[in-house]
Amino acid sequence: MIRKLAMTTAAIAALTATAASAQVRIADVAELSGAGAAAGAVWHDGIKMAVEEINADGGILGEQIDLVAYDSQTDPQNSRAMVQKAIDEKTYVLMGTVYSSSTVVNMLVAMQNGMPQLTGSESPTITAKGNPYIFRTAFGAQKGLPKLGSYIKDDLGAQNVAVIWANTEFGKGGHDAFEKVAEAAGINIVADIPTEQAQVDFAADVAKLKSSGADAVFSYMTEEESARFLIEADKQSLGLPIVGDTVIASQKVIDLAGGAANGVASHVGLTAEAPIPAIQDMAAKFEAKFGYGADHNAIKGYLGVYTIKYVTEMIGSFDRQKFADTMHGLCLDAANHPGVLMDVCWDDTGEISRESFLVQVVDGKQQITKTLPAN
Amino acid sequence: MSELLQILISGLSAGSIYALAAVGFTLLWQASQTINFAQGEFVMLPAFLVLALSVKLGLPLWLAIIFAIFLSVLILGALFKKLVVEPMIQHGTLPLVIATIALGLLLKEAVKEFYSPLGQPFPSLLPEGVMTVFGAAVSIPDIANFVIAMGTIVGLQLFLGRTRTGRCMQATAQNPQVAQILGVDIKRMVLYTFLINGALAAIASILITPIYLAKFSNGEVLGLVAFIAAIVGGFNQIRGALVGGLLIGVIDNLSAAYISAEYRQAVPMVLLILIIMVRPQGLLGTSEGRAV
Repeated sequence: MIRKLAMTTAAIAALTATAASAQVRIADVAELSGAGAAAGAVWHDGIKMAVEEINADGGILGEQIDLVAYDSQTDPQNSRAMVQKAIDEKTYVLMGTVYSSSTVVNMLVAMQNGMPQLTGSESPTITAKGNPYIFRTAFGAQKGLPKLGSYIKDDLGAQNVAVIWANTEFGKGGHDAFEKVAEAAGINIVADIPTEQAQVDFAADVAKLKSSGADAVFSYMTEEESARFLIEADKQSLGLPIVGDTVIASQKVIDLAGGAANGVASHVGLTAEAPIPAIQDMAAKFEAKFGYGADHNAIKGYLGVYTIKYVTEMIGSFDRQKFADTMHGLCLDAANHPGVLMDVCWDDTGEISRESFLVQVVDGKQQITKTLPAN
Repeated sequence: MSELLQILISGLSAGSIYALAAVGFTLLWQASQTINFAQGEFVMLPAFLVLALSVKLGLPLWLAIIFAIFLSVLILGALFKKLVVEPMIQHGTLPLVIATIALGLLLKEAVKEFYSPLGQPFPSLLPEGVMTVFGAAVSIPDIANFVIAMGTIVGLQLFLGRTRTGRCMQATAQNPQVAQILGVDIKRMVLYTFLINGALAAIASILITPIYLAKFSNGEVLGLVAFIAAIVGGFNQIRGALVGGLLIGVIDNLSAAYISAEYRQAVPMVLLILIIMVRPQGLLGTSEGRAV
């Protein structure tokens, strides 16, 4: 009896060990709570969906993905600790963080440990630091904003623009990139209004915008702050065209701001409304699964996991260094790599390049007004 | 000039809502020596009750709001007194303060866990639109917020000063022993104070959440601002809490517009320090006795 029990236990242990060894760990360090949860939680759901699809399809090189989530709590120092924890727990490739303020801090830990990291952050500084292990899933602001500059100047005919921006790593990146774009396009910045992360009251900021003499407002803040700003702008009848890059017209902001988001125009790198069947299909599956609409963060997370799968299958092993080396200068076409949804390339700094879109919010929905070529 | 006027009106609107929460601080202190550091979370929670009732259970918004106010009075008033204040107050003010800090954390984390860590849209009951006042475009919701909040506080003052129950509550706050000798049911009067605080928190929540969005962390800002407002105005006077709330609202907006957005949260703190140095009892507070 005891012998039988021992043999059964040994067999179970062996099976468990086999199952454990047939898993590859991908860590997602994200803003699952705190001020950035509106971005990080959606990003994580996109990742979760991709992982489930890939696992159902046999995993990566025959191994199932073991997705482990680490909550940065939207705190840069905590994100750094979480990245270290993920590395200590034998992660293969790291996803996250979304907030640039966190990524600029935690990417140093990943770099020191030779850990490839796919981030959802958009601050220009992230790919300007010579980190060979960092790769974007969305444009840096310096790539997206030039496309917006010509829209403001030519389509809106705005000569004087007021800028309202988040005083964070993300916001500073967008602010500085827009300053360069405005200078190049001959646009005057007539008001420059920094705001704080998690700011709740925008009454004074909107009053300043109203009296700034601007023809249009350029907004560069994160999701919840953008929504609060739009609600206040609507409440005070700001009456100026509001433009931004990606976040301001994202589905999350539209959901939060309701009718106040109507009329907003934005350049977006990724949108569920893109006239691309693969994206629309992914967005429909996402909504059916999670009960809310996919935004750019969900799509970034989703295609990030597929990128890990394709690159790993390309190199044929779970080798972090080879992964990072292969990513530099890599292009993946959506025809042969459907999980990346659109043709995409990474340069030597980890910066991304692909088509993008100009959108306008009409009746609570993004409407694509123009498809822009990759730059 | 129109910009300044607009900022002043927006500040008064926000300040009147802070005043509602600050008055609650004052009431609880007067009635039972309770410093409620969960007051911010008390203002955060009713909005989620409204959302749970309207979005999850499908009740019409007006009905959800009525139920939410009733539940707030019950949970944040009666249950808070029964389960937290009564067991802790006998050990002194400090253990009670710590208990309310713990309660605040519990409420915050519970909303995050059981509802959502994400900000949620919250419908406004107020009419939209803008009216022109001396050349400044003033939003109607700002004016409506101000009128409702001030009306609530004036109504409370009238209740306390002109009704028998209100006067009994005042007597209980000023000298519970004498009030009891005179036949006042002081336990009931203290309970009424807690129930009123629950209702004030619910009204503040319903007014401020359409602007702030419903989020588990809203109490952090609101609790701090309301506490500062109560101290600045005078912790032992309702009218002090009112003045403190309005002052903080206006100063916050003025500092954001004309000093620095980065330091806007620090400015009320500086004001608090200055007031405590110059007038420790607050702008309208009295250094002797207590009065509701």
